[in-house]
Amino acid sequence: MSSSLSLPARRPAPGVFVALAVTLAVGWLVVAVDGGQLFNQPTMVSLLHVAAGLGLVAVGQTLVILGGSLDLSVAYVISLSSLVAAEAMNGRDGALLPAVGLPLAVSAAIGLLNGVLVTKLRINAFIATVGVGLLLKGYLDHGYDGPAGETSPGLVRSLGYQRVGPVPLSFVLLLAVTAGAWLALTRTRFGHHLIAVGGDPEVARLSGVRSDRVLLTAHVLGALCAGLTGIYLASRLGSGAPRVGTEGLYDLESIAAVVLGGTALAGGRGGVVGTVGGVLLLASIDAIFNQLDVDAFFKQVIRGLIIIGAVAVYARRGPRRVAS
Amino acid sequence: MPILPILSVLLVLIAVRQPDFMTPSSLMSFLGRSAPIVLLAAGQYFVIVSGEFDLSVGSLVTAQVVVAARLIDSDPSRTWPVVLLMLAFGSVVGLVNGLITTRLRVPSFITTLGMFLILVGAVYLWSDGAPKGGLSAEFRQFGRRAFEDTPLLGRVPYALLVLLAAAVLAVLLMRSDFGRTLVAVGDNPRTAELNGVRVGRAKTIAFVLSGVAAAVAAIVLGGYSGVSFQAGAGLEFGAITAVVLGGVALGGGRGLVAGAMLGALTLETLFALMNFYGVSGALRPTVQGAIILAAVAVSSMRSSSR
Amino acid sequence: MSGPSPQPLLTLRGIGKSFLGVRVLEGVDLDLLPGEVHAVVGENGAGKSTLMKIVSGVYAPDEGTIDFAGAPRRFGGPRDAQRAGIGIIHQEFNLLPERTVAENVYLGHEPVRRGLVDRKAMLGRTAALLASIGEASMPADARVGRLGVAQQQIVEIVKALALDARLLIMDEPTAALADHEVDLLYALVRRLQRRGIGVLYVSHRLREVFDLSDRITVLKDGRRVTTARTVDTTVDQLVRDMVGRELSTYYPERAAPGDLGAVRLAVRGGGNRRVRGIDLRLRAGEVVGVGGLQGSGRSSLARALFGAAPFTTGEVTVDGVPVWLRSPRAAMRAGIAYVTEDRKGEGIVGRQSVLDNALLAGRAIMPSWSGRDDRTPRIRGLLAAVGVRSGGEDREIRFLSGGNQQKVVLARWLSLRPKVLLFDEPTRGIDVGAKSAVHDLVRRLARDGAAVLMISSELPELLGMSDRLIVMRDGRIAGELTAGATEEDVLGLAVGVAGGSAG
Repeated sequence: MSSSLSLPARRPAPGVFVALAVTLAVGWLVVAVDGGQLFNQPTMVSLLHVAAGLGLVAVGQTLVILGGSLDLSVAYVISLSSLVAAEAMNGRDGALLPAVGLPLAVSAAIGLLNGVLVTKLRINAFIATVGVGLLLKGYLDHGYDGPAGETSPGLVRSLGYQRVGPVPLSFVLLLAVTAGAWLALTRTRFGHHLIAVGGDPEVARLSGVRSDRVLLTAHVLGALCAGLTGIYLASRLGSGAPRVGTEGLYDLESIAAVVLGGTALAGGRGGVVGTVGGVLLLASIDAIFNQLDVDAFFKQVIRGLIIIGAVAVYARRGPRRVAS
Repeated sequence: MPILPILSVLLVLIAVRQPDFMTPSSLMSFLGRSAPIVLLAAGQYFVIVSGEFDLSVGSLVTAQVVVAARLIDSDPSRTWPVVLLMLAFGSVVGLVNGLITTRLRVPSFITTLGMFLILVGAVYLWSDGAPKGGLSAEFRQFGRRAFEDTPLLGRVPYALLVLLAAAVLAVLLMRSDFGRTLVAVGDNPRTAELNGVRVGRAKTIAFVLSGVAAAVAAIVLGGYSGVSFQAGAGLEFGAITAVVLGGVALGGGRGLVAGAMLGALTLETLFALMNFYGVSGALRPTVQGAIILAAVAVSSMRSSSR
Repeated sequence: MSGPSPQPLLTLRGIGKSFLGVRVLEGVDLDLLPGEVHAVVGENGAGKSTLMKIVSGVYAPDEGTIDFAGAPRRFGGPRDAQRAGIGIIHQEFNLLPERTVAENVYLGHEPVRRGLVDRKAMLGRTAALLASIGEASMPADARVGRLGVAQQQIVEIVKALALDARLLIMDEPTAALADHEVDLLYALVRRLQRRGIGVLYVSHRLREVFDLSDRITVLKDGRRVTTARTVDTTVDQLVRDMVGRELSTYYPERAAPGDLGAVRLAVRGGGNRRVRGIDLRLRAGEVVGVGGLQGSGRSSLARALFGAAPFTTGEVTVDGVPVWLRSPRAAMRAGIAYVTEDRKGEGIVGRQSVLDNALLAGRAIMPSWSGRDDRTPRIRGLLAAVGVRSGGEDREIRFLSGGNQQKVVLARWLSLRPKVLLFDEPTRGIDVGAKSAVHDLVRRLARDGAAVLMISSELPELLGMSDRLIVMRDGRIAGELTAGATEEDVLGLAVGVAGGSAG
C-alpha cells in the first residue's frame, strides 16, 4: 500500500524544452559560423527581457486555455494597462502602489467582463474576447494618438532594467508569477477544478465543481497577467503606448507559446512550466536572428514556420478518450 | 435564421437616418462593396463547419493585392494571367493549410496563425517594405466598374455580380454531397471516417475553398481600395465574426453558408450605420464590438433556452 | 442479510413525473433494503432512467415522496443526493482521462490542509478505498486514460464510495465488460452488499439480473408492474411482465445447411498488430458469431475486415475477387459494411437529421454534385422497412432512442446493398422489443444473400443467433463451434480451457 503514496505519476518533460535545447544549440552554431556570439551577456539579457514580456501574459493565457477558454483581448489590455500605469505615475517616483494598483484593477475588471460574457451569457470565448478587444481598441484609438504618460524613473530602473547577476528583475518576476500559477494549479482546489472544467465541463459539473466561478476567476487572472505585462512594458519604454500590445502580437504569440509548451488548446491538459519553455523558445529564435542580423520580415516568416513545425513535432493533437 | 431580425433592425435604423440608402442604386452599390467580406465569410464557413479555423485569410488578401500590383506593374496585358495566378496562389495556400492541419496534425488555429505570420513577413520581404507597382484598370474593373443604367436597378456593380455568382456556388456546394459530408465531419469525424468519408481530404478542400475565396475577395478589394499592406488587415477576425453572427457553431457540425454570408452583410450594414450616424472613425471598433457581443449573446441565450 | 427485518434504506411512494405534458412515471412505489441488490428492469421508455434520475437528484418528482436513510428528502440537485449518500454509476463514465485516479475520485471535494490541497491525504484515502473493495493493486496515482474499461468502472465506484455512498445506482454496468470482468464486478457488488450498501441495478441483461439481485421490479409504461423476489420468478415471467406479450421464440430461426450459398468473404492468414493467423470463410445466408473476452481481438478482427485497422499480412477475397482492405472506403467499395460497437461515438452523427445520417455512407462513396437524386426515396423506403420511429426524418438523430438510432444505422448500410455485414454488439443498450426487431433484420439480411459476422458479448444472443461460432483468444481464433454449443463451450475456448465443463 505504501507504494501508492509515492509522488504523482511523473509526466514526461514537455517536449518544448528539448526543442529549446536543440534551437539554442543549432543557433549557437550558426551564429558562431556567422562570426558572432550567441551566449554573451547582452544577448542573453535581451532574450530574457523578451521572454519576460511575453511570458507574463502567456502564463495568464495558460490558465484561461487550461479551463477550456481563450483570451484574445490581451493585446489591448496590455496597451491600456501601460497607458494607465504611465499616466497614473506621471513621472513621479512616489505613490507607486496606487499607480500599479490602478492598471491592475482595470485589467481585472476587463477580465471580469470577459468571464461574465463567457460564463453567464454563454458567448463563445473567441468571439467574446475579440469583441471586448474591439471595445478597448475603439477607446484606445479614440483617446490616444501615440505614447502618453511617463513611467516613474524608479520603476524604469528597477523593473525595466535592473538585473540580478545576468538575470533581469523582470524575468525573476516572471519566475515568481509562474511559481504562483503552478502552485495554484497543482495545490489548490481552484487549480484542480479549473483543469477539470477544461477537460470535461459535464464531468466537472456533475462533481459539484462551480464551473462558472472557476472560469471567471481564470479570466480575471489571465487579464491581471496581461495588466502586469503592460506595467512592465511601460517600465521598459518609459511611457505608455496605445499600440504596444497589438504590434507585439501578444495575443496570438501568447497562445502559440502556450501550445508550444504542451498545453492542449481545448483545455484540460498542460501547465505553466511548459509555457515558460515555449516563451523561451520564441525568445531564443528572436535572439538568434538578431545576432544574424536577419531582416525583421524574414524573421517573421521563420517564426511562423517554427511555430507550425514545433507544434507538429511536439504537440500534436491526440485526443485521449475515456471508454464507456 | 436568428441573423435576419438583427439585419432587418440595422437596415431600418439606416433607412431612418438616410432614406436615400434604400434606393436600388445605393443598395446595389452597398452590396457591391460588401462583396469582399461576404466572400471571405463564405469561404470561412466551409472551414469552420468542418471543425477548423482559418486565421490566414486576412494576410492572404493583403499578400494577393500586393503581389498582384507588383506583377501587373500597371501593364494591362498582364491582368488576366495575374488573376489566374492569384486564384492559384489562394488555392495553394489553402492546400498547404489543409495538408499541415490534416497530415501533420497541427491544430488549425496554430497552422493558420503560422501561415498568417509567414504571409505577412514574406510579403513585406518581397516588397522591400513598400508596395510596388500598380494595378491595371482591367484588374480594377471588378471592384470599380458597373453596369450603368440597368432598368429598375440602376447601377449594378460588377462586384455584386461576382458576389451573387459566388453566393449561388456556395449554397449549391453546401447542399451537395460534399457539403453534407463536410458538416458530418465537423460534427463527428470518427463516424464520418467509418462511413467512408475521406476526412482529411474534405477538410483540405474546405481550406482550399477559403483560399480561393480570399483570392476573389482580393481581386474585388484591390479594385476599389488600392494597394497597401493594410488591405486585408483584420479581415480574418471579421470573417469569423460574420460566420458566428450567422449562426454557425465554432466547433463545426452546424449552420448554413447563407447564414455566414448574411452575417457578413450584417457587419457591413453595421459599418454603414456607423457612417451615417457619424460615429467617429476611432470609436467604430467599440461600437462594432458592442453590437457583435449583443447579437451573439441574444442568439446564444435564445438557443440555450430551447 | 439476517436477523429481524431491517429498516429500508430507500422508500419511494407514489412517484409521478411528467415532461411537457407527457406522463413518464405514474404512482411508482419501490423500496430498497440495506445490503440488497434490487434490479429494475423494463423496456426503453418504461421510465427506468427517469426514476433513477429522480433518486439521484437530477429531477424532482411531481408527486410522491422519497425517504432515504430514515428521513424524507427533497433533493435540490445531484449534489444534494450525493451528499446524502446516493451515488450513481452511469453507463458512460464521467471521468477525466488526463487526471489520476485520486484526482478523479476527489474531484469537487479535494481534502484541504491549511488552504492547500492535501495530496498525500488524497492518495492515501483513495488507496484505502481501493483496498476496501479488494482493488489494492490499482495505483491511486495512475492516469485514468491509461486504464481499461473495467478499471475505470472501479474508479467510478470508488468515486461514489468516497462520498460515503450508502446507495449505489448502477446503470447497465456490464455493458462494456467482458465475461471475466463481469465476474469481478459480481464479486465487487457482493463486497458492497456486505458493507450494507444497497444497490439499484438497472440492466437489460436478464441473466445478470437473476445472478445478482435479491428482488426485481418491472416497470412498464411508467408504472410499476410487479416487484418480486428473484427466487420467486423466472425469465419468461419477467419478459412477459416487461413486454406484455409472450416471446415464444427469442431468436429467429437459424439457417439450414442447404440454405447457405457461395463463400462471400474469405480470409487466409490475415494478421496485423492485434490479430494473427485469421482464416475465415463466410458464406451467403450465414450468420457467424464471434465470441471471446474483451481484448481477445473481436473488434480488432472486425476493424481489420473493414479496413479501419487493416491487415498487414494475408489475403482477403470478396466473392472470389482479391481485395486490399486498406481503408473503410476500400472495404465499402468491396461491399463490406460495419455496424460499430460505439453507436454514439462512431455510428451516428448526433446533430444531423435522421435522413442525413441514413444518407451518409452513400454520399461518401457515390457522391453526386446535385445532392438530390433517387437515393432519397430509396432511403425513405429502407427507413420504413426497418421500422424506425423517429417523429420525422428531419429530427436530429440524437433525440431518438438507442434502438431507433441503430435502425437508422442499419438502413444506412442496407442502402449500399452490402455483400458482407459486420456487426459489433448490434443490440447493446437497446430494449427487448427493439432487440428482437434487430435480430429479425439480421437474419433477414442473411437470408437475402449477405454473409453476416456478428460480435456479441451476450452469450444467449450469440448462441441464439449464430449458425456457427468462432471464439477469439489473444488475437487468434481459438476455435469454432456449431449451433447448439453451450455457454461453457464458448467460455472454455475464450479462456483457454480444453473442453467445456465447470472449472
